[in-house]
Amino acid sequence: MSTPLTIADVERIAALAHLELTDEEKHVFTKQLADILAYAEQLQAIDTAGVAATAHVNAHEAEREDELRPCLSVSEALRNAPDGAPDAGLFRVPRVIG
Amino acid sequence: MSAPVAGARAIAGDIAAGRTSAVDVCRAALDRIARVNPSLNAFNLVTAERALVRAADIDRRRAANAPLGPLAGVPLAVKDNLCVRGMRTTASSRILDTFVPPYDATVIAKLEQAGAVIVGKTNCDEFAMGSSNENSAYGPVRNPWAADRTPGGSSGGSAAAVAAACVPLALGSDTGGSIRQPAAFCGVTGLKPTYGRVSRYGLLAFASSLDQIGPITRNVEDAALALQVLAGPDPMDSTAAQEAVPDFTKALDGHARGVRIGVPRAFVSDGVDGSVLASFDAALDALRAAGATLVDIDLPHAKYAIPVYYLVCTAEASSNLARYDGVKYGYRSPDASKGLKAMYSRTRDEGFGAEVKRRIMLGTYVLSAGYYDAFYLKAQQVRTLLRQDYDRAFESVDVVVMPTSPTPPFRLGEKTDDPLQMYLADIFTVSVNLVGLPGISVPCGIVEQPRPGGVDRLPIGMQFVGRMFDEATILRVADAFERTTEWSRQEPC
Repeated sequence: MSTPLTIADVERIAALAHLELTDEEKHVFTKQLADILAYAEQLQAIDTAGVAATAHVNAHEAEREDELRPCLSVSEALRNAPDGAPDAGLFRVPRVIG
Repeated sequence: MSAPVAGARAIAGDIAAGRTSAVDVCRAALDRIARVNPSLNAFNLVTAERALVRAADIDRRRAANAPLGPLAGVPLAVKDNLCVRGMRTTASSRILDTFVPPYDATVIAKLEQAGAVIVGKTNCDEFAMGSSNENSAYGPVRNPWAADRTPGGSSGGSAAAVAAACVPLALGSDTGGSIRQPAAFCGVTGLKPTYGRVSRYGLLAFASSLDQIGPITRNVEDAALALQVLAGPDPMDSTAAQEAVPDFTKALDGHARGVRIGVPRAFVSDGVDGSVLASFDAALDALRAAGATLVDIDLPHAKYAIPVYYLVCTAEASSNLARYDGVKYGYRSPDASKGLKAMYSRTRDEGFGAEVKRRIMLGTYVLSAGYYDAFYLKAQQVRTLLRQDYDRAFESVDVVVMPTSPTPPFRLGEKTDDPLQMYLADIFTVSVNLVGLPGISVPCGIVEQPRPGGVDRLPIGMQFVGRMFDEATILRVADAFERTTEWSRQEPC
């Protein structure tokens, strides 16, 4: 648990989060995240055996029928795309397969 | 800064009665913004032309004796993380620098339906992540009371715009205090409704189990009036509650007789600035004078709210912000030559600021294999204990009162190098979001602090916290407090 955070940890998390960090960012975040996690360690002292987890405080049923409803048109949905292809109705992305 | 300081209800009343016109009110707001915004930096966007067209429409409706909404002609500022159709919405992030929403947030549709006139989008911390407004891609907002101090965050632009008399009504969002703390720092009123009371459709999500939209106003009555318009279920937001919406303004009867107010004494002592404690204690006397009964209560897990909050909110943020990847909207790195994955990573590194990256990293870490149980699950369990603390307290009291922030507004740059120190400033606000309760911050004092060549007068705020969906009682108590004291009528100068 209290193993110190390393640059390698930060690189691994950055890859999971799709963030290409600079070397400087990696160094700063390693220290800052370690500080924050060390502070969060105080929770370990609390006895939570048998305590249910609270993920949200919604009290009501949120289900509805799965029915078609009005929504944005394709052209409206594509309008903000950095590289939209409105004629094809698609978002364009860099080549994935060689 | 002397300026017209009328509230929303008074302005709507004057327009409805023909004592002034919506266009004149709108022009005055736009003039005021033009005068003070170059120094305050409270607005990311001012929409003068659209506002004047809407205001003229209100005046035409009145001339034709058509029905006017309760906020007809009231100038409104909107935090820049709320979507307005056709109006650039950035969340103060480079990654959304060019984003123009194709739809209105439900709160926008409701307020415009009620006659409010949007005059612009307000600056905030990037994606609402921050307590000082210093995380904005467009630079910090300055506090109207002291230009070298923070207006608070993340809704700093909205609070500063109300405090500087640019508008009588602004929208903010509150995930861990982002309405209440800037309201306290700017000497105005800020209401975070109960989780689920107000639809979040069209709010750029930060932490979905905590986010809530609410009003920032010059007085409690306007907060009640705004909530009346904002509240209610919405088919577009499954978390918006079906709960009946009472008449909030009717609850304001001018006193707090019969209300039992809990004071968590042990919690409100450690690390709290002396000036805040002095204002708070004097405010408790005023509450007694207004008829309330004060009761000591204990919230034994409240001191753990900061770590719980920062584990939960960052986990949710890391998931919510995955959508910003340079494909569907917003910024894409010009260097997209190395394939799709590299484009994602480079876009996100260039598009997000440091605090947003820090939170995505922390959230990704606590959700990752091997750390989930120790951090994220543990935090959710302590969240349950915190709920039980409040449940127990509300068996013997109707309202809980605390300072809004442990310090007066701090200086810009004072905490930017140490994120943990910045997080600790949220101690009194975050537990309320974790439990979902409604909270309102009102001005409760002014502290004078020397500065080179003079004295800063800095506002202090305190917050009332109520039971789930019982905004009526906290509004009633806050209104009674406002009537017995002068703090809400103080102006920055």
